[in-house]
Amino acid sequence: MRREGSALHGFGVVALKEIADHFTSILVVVLVVLVTAIAIVVVYFGIDPIKQSIAEDPFLFLRLFTRSSPLPLVALLSFLVPLVAIGLGFDAVNGEHNRRTLSRILAQPIYRDALLFGKFAAGLFTLTVMLIVLWLLVIGLGLLGLGIPPNAEEMARALVLLVVTVVYAGFWFALALLCSIVFRSVATAALVSLGLWLFVTILWPVFSPVLANAVTSAGDLLGVLETQQAFARLSPAVLFNEVVAVVLDPSVRSTQQSMLAGLGLALIERGAIPDAPIPLVQSVLIVWPQIVGLVAGTILLFVAAYIVFQRQEVRA
Amino acid sequence: MNGNVIEVKNITKRYDGVAVVNGVSFSVARGEIFGLLGPNGAGKTTTILMLLGLSEISAGQARVLDHDPVREPLAVKRQVGYLPDQVGFYDNLTAAENLRYTARLMGFERAEREQKIKTSLGHVGLAEVADKHVSTFSRGMRQRLGLAEILMKEAQIAILDEPTSGLDPQATADLLNIIRDLKHRGVSVLLSSHLLERVQSVCDRVALFSQGNIALIGTVPELGRQVLGGGFRVEVEAEGQGLAERIAAIPGVQRVEPGGPNRLLLLADHDVRPEAAAAVVAAGGRLLRLSVEEPSLEAIYTRYFQTHEGELHAA
Repeated sequence: MRREGSALHGFGVVALKEIADHFTSILVVVLVVLVTAIAIVVVYFGIDPIKQSIAEDPFLFLRLFTRSSPLPLVALLSFLVPLVAIGLGFDAVNGEHNRRTLSRILAQPIYRDALLFGKFAAGLFTLTVMLIVLWLLVIGLGLLGLGIPPNAEEMARALVLLVVTVVYAGFWFALALLCSIVFRSVATAALVSLGLWLFVTILWPVFSPVLANAVTSAGDLLGVLETQQAFARLSPAVLFNEVVAVVLDPSVRSTQQSMLAGLGLALIERGAIPDAPIPLVQSVLIVWPQIVGLVAGTILLFVAAYIVFQRQEVRA
Repeated sequence: MNGNVIEVKNITKRYDGVAVVNGVSFSVARGEIFGLLGPNGAGKTTTILMLLGLSEISAGQARVLDHDPVREPLAVKRQVGYLPDQVGFYDNLTAAENLRYTARLMGFERAEREQKIKTSLGHVGLAEVADKHVSTFSRGMRQRLGLAEILMKEAQIAILDEPTSGLDPQATADLLNIIRDLKHRGVSVLLSSHLLERVQSVCDRVALFSQGNIALIGTVPELGRQVLGGGFRVEVEAEGQGLAERIAAIPGVQRVEPGGPNRLLLLADHDVRPEAAAAVVAAGGRLLRLSVEEPSLEAIYTRYFQTHEGELHAA
């Protein structure tokens, strides 16, 4: 059965209205200001220690993201970006329900597709704008503080970081959107998505090694390590951190390197000079599965949201 | 097209095998105000949502302006205005901004959009508060804003779900006037309500819903005849001899009862006031007062459900 007319008729109208709502929403403004302020503070205080190694470090600029104090900027991003994404999305659909605007809007000549796509695009756009602003601020501060311009390689790597962070934010926004469709109550949707966020970013890294140990035979050290890693990778935060660790540090050759180093095991590679930088393309290739995993997770969540929304009754 | 803007044949809606609307059929003619009446949960809103293509039809057929709401929902929604039960607006936007958003969704160009928003807000008496946030609006103002949206859409059919529920008498009267105004513009109106007496005054025809079925359908006097057996109660106050016999002989009068000194209560199947007056005058009597009480929906409704209660529970 073919539908009449375009499924996306009205998409732009919905997206523009949602973007306007986001930028005037107090909650969103507070979250964005908070995240940006924290990031600026972290980078500002991180610049001095980084300055010490100006002479020997060829990738000084990237250290802005990975070696700021008291904690690295990227760790901050992996923790706080989901919070902003959830703040944008947790009341996207059930909010319309509760305000009783949903049936009135859907009685206009548009399909439900336009409403959902519009909301998703608006959320993603808002998050992208926020991340670009943050990114430019960090680089600007870096220029001022370090006094040397970044080279092309560094800019390219920082750009990859930006794209991956947008995808990561999209994942959490899609999750919040799904919760806002499944749960009629705004509070339930908010608590469930925040609960998942805490579980995945804080509890899962603690529990997954225990689970991995339980399912693999003792004594097989490498086997246990691999299972641990496989379990940990179920968390999007772990995927994001792995991507970031490789992309922002040209000397990292494997996502297992830091983990093995932590255990005192050296990664042995034929003919490789330890710590020699590898090109960006190689770095990206190493974490390509993780990037694809994040994108796929986002798409899966959005498709789930789409299916549930299409089948949902509009009556209150 | 045969003059009917809505044709519904045997539509059924089942949730998990339970029929909420069960084989409902009716039609609405162009320019008519048709009322769907019944208690809450009788299936009125579900029927409306099916007509708008917002809810799937489990069985049966519906045609709205000769379009199938399931297959061509956009064509239907382009020409049908809908005012949901307890309509909501975006509180952070002004009345005009709310209309601007829906006008964009309707696909109006910028120039005609502003013109339409202005005139439609004027029609419902909200021109002065066009730039006020909707959060400050009363319930009645929100309902009127909903009607402004339908006016702006230039819809051929207005579907109103419980438009008067929760409104004070003045707001209800204002709203009913706007609904009558819609009819004068040639808009067909389908409205649902559980408030019978208020709806009676605007509806041309009504359908009484009961547990997912239409129990009765027709004009209010027709239903009165059907259910109350007659329905018009005419009261005659006159002085004279042998009036009761003369009046009882008028065609259409079913019963004559004495209602006190010089007073007669007639039960008739239509308004027999002219004939009764003529009869009194012909008998040489003095006509003091003549009044008619039209059958009330309330009475029809109560009587119908009293007499059919047993059957409904058995069914």
